[in-house]
Amino acid sequence: MNTLRIIRTVLAVAVFGVLTFGFVDFSGIVENPLLQKIQFGPALLSLSIATLVCLIAATLLFGRVYCSVICPLGIFQDFFNWLSGKFNKKKKYGYRRENRWLRYGTLAVLVAAWLLGFTFLVGLVEPYSAYGRMADELFKPIYILGNNLFAWISERTGSYRFFKVLLSLKSVTSFVVAILTLLIVGHISYHHGRTWCNTICPVGTVLGFFSRFSLFGIRIDTDRCNHCQACSKKCKAFCIDSKNQTIDRSRCVDCFDCLDACRQKALTYGLPRRKSAPVSDDPIDGSRRQFLKSTAVLAALAPQALQAKVTGQTAEKRTPMSPPGSQSHGNLLQHCTACHLCVSKCPSHVLTPAGLEYGLGGIMQPLMKFDHGYCNYDCNICSQVCPNGAIRPLTVEQKHRTQPGHVVFDISKCIVNVQGTSCGACSEHCPVQALHMVPFRDGLTIPEASQEICVGCGGCEYICPVHAVHIEGNPVHVEAIVREQEQTINTDNLDFGF
Amino acid sequence: MFYRLSFKPFESYLVIGKKKFHTLAHTILTSTYNMDRRDFLKTLAAAGALFTVKSNGMMDVMASALPSASPADSPKTKYADLAAVMNGEPVPMLQAALKELGGIGRFVKKGQKVVIKPNIGWDRTPELAGNTNPEIVAELIRLCLAEGAAEVKVFDHTCDRQANCYPHSGIEAAVKKAGGIMVPADQESEYVSVDIPKGVALKKAKVHKAIVDCDVWINVPILKNHGGALMTAAMKNHMGIVFDRMAVHRGGLHQCIADICTYKPAALHIVDAYRTLATNGPQGKSASDVVLTKALFASTDIVAVDTAAGKFFTQINKSIKFENIEHIPDGQKLGLGTMDLDAINVQKIRL
Repeated sequence: MNTLRIIRTVLAVAVFGVLTFGFVDFSGIVENPLLQKIQFGPALLSLSIATLVCLIAATLLFGRVYCSVICPLGIFQDFFNWLSGKFNKKKKYGYRRENRWLRYGTLAVLVAAWLLGFTFLVGLVEPYSAYGRMADELFKPIYILGNNLFAWISERTGSYRFFKVLLSLKSVTSFVVAILTLLIVGHISYHHGRTWCNTICPVGTVLGFFSRFSLFGIRIDTDRCNHCQACSKKCKAFCIDSKNQTIDRSRCVDCFDCLDACRQKALTYGLPRRKSAPVSDDPIDGSRRQFLKSTAVLAALAPQALQAKVTGQTAEKRTPMSPPGSQSHGNLLQHCTACHLCVSKCPSHVLTPAGLEYGLGGIMQPLMKFDHGYCNYDCNICSQVCPNGAIRPLTVEQKHRTQPGHVVFDISKCIVNVQGTSCGACSEHCPVQALHMVPFRDGLTIPEASQEICVGCGGCEYICPVHAVHIEGNPVHVEAIVREQEQTINTDNLDFGF
Repeated sequence: MFYRLSFKPFESYLVIGKKKFHTLAHTILTSTYNMDRRDFLKTLAAAGALFTVKSNGMMDVMASALPSASPADSPKTKYADLAAVMNGEPVPMLQAALKELGGIGRFVKKGQKVVIKPNIGWDRTPELAGNTNPEIVAELIRLCLAEGAAEVKVFDHTCDRQANCYPHSGIEAAVKKAGGIMVPADQESEYVSVDIPKGVALKKAKVHKAIVDCDVWINVPILKNHGGALMTAAMKNHMGIVFDRMAVHRGGLHQCIADICTYKPAALHIVDAYRTLATNGPQGKSASDVVLTKALFASTDIVAVDTAAGKFFTQINKSIKFENIEHIPDGQKLGLGTMDLDAINVQKIRL
């Protein structure tokens, strides 16, 4: 194996491991996974200029190294590809012509979908998000199951090193989508190498556009090459045309598998040589024109899209609540590709993938639900981990002043009123006393709601034994008032009291 | 969305909406487990009856907590029934109280499995008085282990996330340092269904395995205000041994609290009032809800200790009327103890 390939493999395995652990880790070992922040799709949506510039610069310098060592879905495909090689030793690829219409067509459709507010579609194929959902919906449960098994065994040996963790299916839709992604992408990569990356994947298309002009690249020494096609048969991207001694560098993902295949030592990775082969069959071809054309069309569509995006909720429907930091449903809709990092990292199991609550465009985007817990007052993890800028970073203090939703109390259902017995479970769980117990009849106390100080944590909704309290989402988040409290404490002449 | 599947070993179920479907395997397993336990308890009770003749300290405590032995009629014992301490640091106050009550050896014997149940309900640091003082918990563990306890387990069914409450309360670190075992309590599989024969409103509950299996347990709450129950101390702390809190709230909070206290009375109740959460309890909004009261109440009688704590507490938060803390008289009615502090041996100590 050549050095470049070894470096590529080691880096890929390391990145894949760390990134996946960032998703499956439930114990807070990795509180803020960093590799998730350098993904192209999220960087584009959050307009992280620094990340974008670095990634594009890297591509212009070295080609699509991103696709081989940073993109989790790419590495995931390489794994399947490697597996297929293990089962079929005689596996051969070859050369296929670029399906330019499919590549740029898909990209155009996706950009249009995004502009029209169907971020859901973008999220479906955006590689990092597609992998994130697989990690969250499929790999994490396996990891938890392993932990629970350890916990079960260790408990029987009298040790409490491992604690059991809740294992739940958060959303059927996301689960099915994750399974389908696994099957489809797995199948394609098993049988057709990196075809997904070079036809459907929008990041592959964009980076492919840049990698055409990359400084370093795989090059064929036309003098040495004897058209044996050994390299082409090794190329999982189907991009080496051995017959014509050309390489479609827009599709090459810098896997370096071909370098070893060439017995003539005609293949090198490096700077262009004076006598290098033509980069592509028609260098100034339609692809760039097409890219620009589609961009122009989409730019024209943008104004209408902006209006279409903010679709209001119908009156009778309970307004869904987006996580604190997401600012508004519109902002979430615009930026979130449903990678489910926040869903996975939410320690209280509050964030769940949405169904149709946000409308069609927002399927699988994070929604606050209080079936398994409520939002911890001092927790801001979701706002810290989001790589997309869909949930903007909030400090704990800022979070305390953010109201993503507000409490609604229905006294006609309250147990204190209906049954005449004490309760106060809601007030007990309220960190800001937006539900405060006030004197009621017969020495009882009953909750009183102050919506303006509510932070929408859902503690009340989660614990209320009779569903008399719920949180109504704010489509646009507002500021929660922090109120000074009056003192009723007496500390004078403190004695035993009896 | 509306589905939840659990594949825990020994417990698997599917939740659709609010309904829960247990698998056949789970039903069989839990029922056999419960049956075995019940048989085991019966044997234990029979064996216990044989030993009651010999005046075993622990059995005295058990007996005094049972309705048949009316503490009001019993003669003043050589040990205090209730020790109230003020003006000290947590550990010296605990030591002073235990001295009056006859020492920890009166309650914990060599080789016993001990559980200490503090209040660790909230994601709060010790200064915010949401949870029991870790120093008191640690000192109790040390004393139990010095007495030869086989193991000392500590847990609470927390309200906030356990993974936050255990470390942030300072209790996890203190327990581990003192040699105790911090036991998880956030999953339903940690609990077993038990009958509460003396319960009025709550006849059945899922109680933590540690309590069910232990030889003796010590109840160590912190004194706090509580929006619904008005005050939380020894009796209210029993909420943390039960899995389904909502059922307790639904069934009439005060009565259910009293009911659950009859299940397996703790040998000793120690109410930590070093810091008292006077208002906005039981969670508290800020440090301004907390008063440094430097007190501690200890008793074998849960009703007496809550009466003492309640009278102490209503001095601090005058908006609360002692008479309205209904679970205390409810407990007396169930024969858990007495509210008549004049009828028992009360020792007041100022350090």
